[in-house]
Amino acid sequence: MRARIETWLWIAQRASAVVLAFCVVVHLATIVHAVQGGLSAAEILARTRGNGAWLAFYSLFVLAAAVHAPIGLRSVLGEWLGWRGRSRGVFVFLFGAMMAAMGLRAAMAVFG
Amino acid sequence: MASAKRTSSYWVAVVHRVSGVALAAFLPLHFWALGQALEAGGLDAFLSWTDQPLVKASEWAIVTALAAHLGCGLRVLALELLPWRDWQKGLAASAVALTLGVGLAFALAL
Amino acid sequence: MERDVLDVRVWRGGADGAFQSFEVPRHPSQTVLDVVTYIQRSLDPTLAYRFACRVGMCGSCAMTVNGVARWTCRTHVDKVSEGGALSVAPLRNLPVIRDLVTDMREFFDKWAAARGSFTGRRTRADDFEAVRPDSPDRVRADAGIECIGCAVCYSSCEVVSWNPAYLGPAALNRAWTLVCDERDAGKAERLRAVAGDAGCHACHTHLSCTARCPKHIAPTAGISGLKRAVLRAAMKGEL
Repeated sequence: MRARIETWLWIAQRASAVVLAFCVVVHLATIVHAVQGGLSAAEILARTRGNGAWLAFYSLFVLAAAVHAPIGLRSVLGEWLGWRGRSRGVFVFLFGAMMAAMGLRAAMAVFG
Repeated sequence: MASAKRTSSYWVAVVHRVSGVALAAFLPLHFWALGQALEAGGLDAFLSWTDQPLVKASEWAIVTALAAHLGCGLRVLALELLPWRDWQKGLAASAVALTLGVGLAFALAL
Repeated sequence: MERDVLDVRVWRGGADGAFQSFEVPRHPSQTVLDVVTYIQRSLDPTLAYRFACRVGMCGSCAMTVNGVARWTCRTHVDKVSEGGALSVAPLRNLPVIRDLVTDMREFFDKWAAARGSFTGRRTRADDFEAVRPDSPDRVRADAGIECIGCAVCYSSCEVVSWNPAYLGPAALNRAWTLVCDERDAGKAERLRAVAGDAGCHACHTHLSCTARCPKHIAPTAGISGLKRAVLRAAMKGEL
């Protein structure tokens, strides 16, 4: 039973990694392009305001990260801090929920 | 007892882990900052705050961490999902190269 | 010019023991096992250590030499001595019974927990089950079957030291050779046994096991294979 849950966590981790690989490449390219000649709110918002494609992209990015980061943290907490068991699961789940909420709020903020 | 000589893959795994933790710590801040765009002039105010050298250095560190985590992560995906080939042991080097490439690109763009 | 004596530090006692220093005559073509044997026979008969074949076949003499897990019978002093100095300690990640002797029970218990033994489908009344040696599965299995259970890989794995429940590279490698064995009837059970945080999913591809295995087996390859096999089983609802 536990082996099954842990297997699905591994699968979710790798699946979200594939989604993130695509999103991160786009994001890094955008960053390197955007910081040339300085960064301003106007420039960022000009790209994202009212743009449904960017909203969809950032929402996907946020949700994939909100799945990927907690599962990764779970391993680190268990192996390097010796924190295992139910409380660890609750903590990382809440962390993921917080990331999803804040991230989607940010995506909406720049969409306008 | 004397410590063991570590493999290069071990260090790649450590970089992968440390960069992942750094990103997990950074992202809530990142989302909060962008959320500042919700109020008029909020994002501009935040961006002018980021014009300090220490902040710029941290930005470079985070972008490099992202590139490092991606490079190391692609290596893990290759080792786990592709049938085993001996050349895969050289993926450690590729992960490093990818990281340096992106870090440099970002540094030059700043 | 090379000195004709070695400064050898040897672990004495249990987990809370300490290194003790000995001076050992240096000879050409001398192995670390020769050094340990000299100490026990000529300097301190209370030194506890294990060996058997002394020719690189049994794996009993595995110890930590200058920080690295090795077969001491196959480790020439010239290869590892640091300016005439050597340190010899018991294998890591295993409880120390005394001096250079470790308790191997958890290593073999994990082998069993990973279902590292064969279960056949046929009886003596049936004909032989034919396996083509060049079939892809058999080639994959053959890459891992030379393991003699020496625990060098287990002792070298950082994840074993971080995660006490982790089955480890040797047990998982053995499970993989059986997953690839088309004659074996226990595949479903075995995949369930090796999945999860205590199993293949805890491997972080450090490749320390692969770097140290004296038989040049790559347990990481087998563990990656197990990850794929478990993935397929999970997707089919068979886990």
